Amino acid sequence: MSVPRLELRHVTKRFGAVVANDDVRLTVEPGQIHAVLGENGAGKSTLMKVIYGAVHPDAGEFLWDGRPVQVDSPHQARALGIAMVFQHFSLFETLTVAENIWLGLSREIPLARVAADIVRKAREYGLELDPARTVYTLSVGERQRVEIVRALLGEPRLLILDEPTSVLTPQAVEKLFVTLRQLAATGCSILYISHKLDEIRSLCHQCTVLRNGRVAGICDPTAETTASLSRLMIGAEPPRLVRREHRPGNLALQVRELSLPRLDRFGVTLDRVSLEVHQGEVVGIAGVSGNGQAELMAAISGEDPRPEGEAVRLFGAPIGRLGAGARRKLGLHYVPEERLGRGAVPSLSLAHNLLLTRREAVRRTGWIDVGKLAGQARDIIGRFRVTAPGPRAVARSLSGGNLQKYIVGREIDAVPRVLVLAQPTWGVDVGAAAQIRGELLSLRDTGCAVLLVSEELDELFEVTDRLYVMARGRLSPPVPTATATVEQIGEWMSGLWTAPPAGTPASSGART
Amino acid sequence: MIRLEARPAPSRLMVLLSPVIALAVTVAVAAILFASLGKDPARGLYVFLLKPFSEVRLLSELGLKATPLILCSLGLALCYRSNVWNIGAEGQFLLGAIAGGGLAMWVTMNGVAVNRWGFFPFVVVAGALGGAAWAAVVAFLKDRFHANEILVSLMLVYVANLLLTWLMFGPWKDPKGWNFPQTVSFAADTTIPRVFRGLRVNWGLAVALAAAGLMWAFLFRTFRGLQLQVGGPAPAAARYAGFSARGALWTTLLASGGLAGLAGAFEAVGPMGQLTPHVSTGYGFTAIIVAFVGRLHPLGCILASVLLSTFLIGGEQAQSTIQMPSALTGVFQGVLLLAMLACDAFILFRVRRGAVALRAGRAS
Repeated sequence: MSVPRLELRHVTKRFGAVVANDDVRLTVEPGQIHAVLGENGAGKSTLMKVIYGAVHPDAGEFLWDGRPVQVDSPHQARALGIAMVFQHFSLFETLTVAENIWLGLSREIPLARVAADIVRKAREYGLELDPARTVYTLSVGERQRVEIVRALLGEPRLLILDEPTSVLTPQAVEKLFVTLRQLAATGCSILYISHKLDEIRSLCHQCTVLRNGRVAGICDPTAETTASLSRLMIGAEPPRLVRREHRPGNLALQVRELSLPRLDRFGVTLDRVSLEVHQGEVVGIAGVSGNGQAELMAAISGEDPRPEGEAVRLFGAPIGRLGAGARRKLGLHYVPEERLGRGAVPSLSLAHNLLLTRREAVRRTGWIDVGKLAGQARDIIGRFRVTAPGPRAVARSLSGGNLQKYIVGREIDAVPRVLVLAQPTWGVDVGAAAQIRGELLSLRDTGCAVLLVSEELDELFEVTDRLYVMARGRLSPPVPTATATVEQIGEWMSGLWTAPPAGTPASSGART
Repeated sequence: MIRLEARPAPSRLMVLLSPVIALAVTVAVAAILFASLGKDPARGLYVFLLKPFSEVRLLSELGLKATPLILCSLGLALCYRSNVWNIGAEGQFLLGAIAGGGLAMWVTMNGVAVNRWGFFPFVVVAGALGGAAWAAVVAFLKDRFHANEILVSLMLVYVANLLLTWLMFGPWKDPKGWNFPQTVSFAADTTIPRVFRGLRVNWGLAVALAAAGLMWAFLFRTFRGLQLQVGGPAPAAARYAGFSARGALWTTLLASGGLAGLAGAFEAVGPMGQLTPHVSTGYGFTAIIVAFVGRLHPLGCILASVLLSTFLIGGEQAQSTIQMPSALTGVFQGVLLLAMLACDAFILFRVRRGAVALRAGRAS
């Protein structure tokens, strides 16, 4: 057996009282696609930062090609041949692709040569990329390509990808996999961080599973089932959702021919968007983020009160011009995508954060009944199983998943007539996500109209009754979820809902 | 190598410790400054920091200086918590002084019989209205034309100054005042009642302390107060909740203008007893430092007002007893604010040796 490209032994990293990595070992062979699987908070990101030199471990050994090394900075990591593509891109919107990549390189290299290198490298891996385009005109998938090409230009020997598919359509995921298999065939090792079990099973050669900062198991993902991987990851199988028959009631929320010019050049113009949500149904909007979902949500929630009154209706009443507070009084509640800073004020306590959308603890005089407020917060914490010290804990002290449970709980507890949610399970661990989905279904069964915007197709297929797809500011016609297929929705995500379904793109260029 | 690493959570200890460390740094800088000027540092520090507390008369003067600082800083703290950057408390102070002083002047000139306690509420109302009106200009321009409130409020300070100067040299000049730019001395019955016989500190201080109590209750116990404070740290959350940014703009500016105006009226009708072009010694600007040193908290504003008043009294004392320029007061104020801003970095970051620690946020 060859010398491992990378070997970590007994890596431990603490942040205050939190042990992010506890005695972690990881071995990656040359040319291997190695998955690191775990829930949010399991310690994946910390481990990757240790490898990339961005975090210094409290203890542990780091071996590169069998030799112990100390990686103190990302600069040193790059010198060893380690490249990383982060989940959140670091690109300057107003610069071109070539300029962005040039920024990270030595200044002696002329820009023209960088551009030529980009074209050559992109062609080598079958990636389409125009170095002269400005980044703000690129889709999210194209931006990821910029990051990948930037990493590849350094001729890496280990490429780390952090949740790379969360921003891609199913077809784009296939394309990415082709590239990654080709790269691995040249001998480059790949560390693939994900919580998506199907992807790991189809792409990766080996898998290290993290749970609560410790290695829960090392396995061959191709030999595992989704259920067995899931058991390794969360220690239990996620609860199965019980679904009742789709029996929609009256029309609750209606958007009709809504067109809105974008507010800045990084925004998306909404083009004749129409949708309907009835009582007692969950309607989903699929699509890659950044295709107008944020703009549509703002127009529905009232944060953007520019629409014509008639363009947005709630139980027949025109509400397009009403503000967010007025719409909430009419029973329209909204869970925004950003938890900290939008759904909750980071510096305020959980109890005080109730007051963003709830008024029960405010007396007619405007005085806050502090006791009642704390009680209300305590009820939500208990009912939605939020892990928090209590109502006085400030919002930013909670983990993303727990804060999300609290925010979703706050809106469900208000007994909404219409509930709109944007990416409610993004970055939330599997258990909490399952819980939130279950709550949505029971809300639907009580007659509430639910509109769910999500990037996760699995989630949409699991809980929705009807599906729309959003692409480039337009919304597709609805399809009943029962008759929709992943291929069809994936095709629609590119904006092609009038075209006939094309064949799946060629896959498997791997020579392993 | 020493590096800054982001803390997993902001340090509560540093929130409280930062002003204390900043004060220690200021004292150290002061000591070095005294020594390099050839003065005994111990004596210099005593005069600056402790002497103001050593005599009843100086304590009274301390209370007198703290009154306008407390009032102005309370309003500014409210503004800054709401993301409204009013830095023109000085101008609002002057308009309050013009309104309150003008009222007292009118009463004096027309020989209207008033009694001290009966007249006091009128001073309060006039001062608050004057300051609020001046701040309303800022709110209107921001609301209607999106004019930057930092620039507008600052520029209005100079307009207010010129307005006061014009009044002093022109229509309001005391006809029997040997052509000095000042109004008549106000009738004794118009001035604010004093707390103790023989000491200049007056009931304005009680009003300022009561205002701090009310501000605390408003900020932390009323829905309106909470609404205003969402816009500062999380404007997107305020939009999401449907809290009106316009409402916050008007409320905070009118309130802070009113409080600054109150301070101006108290100064004119209190210790000054007449209007001159120099009714303010920069209280409105000093109050900006007070608000931040006081952590934008009403109680903190009181403590920080006392501290900066100590500097003011200490500066006067240093001038008369150890022949140091009173401009040192300004130097110490600046050092204090700078040191505190620097210390505040340690609320979110900590010092690490050796390891490079980029992006070391919460473990996830």
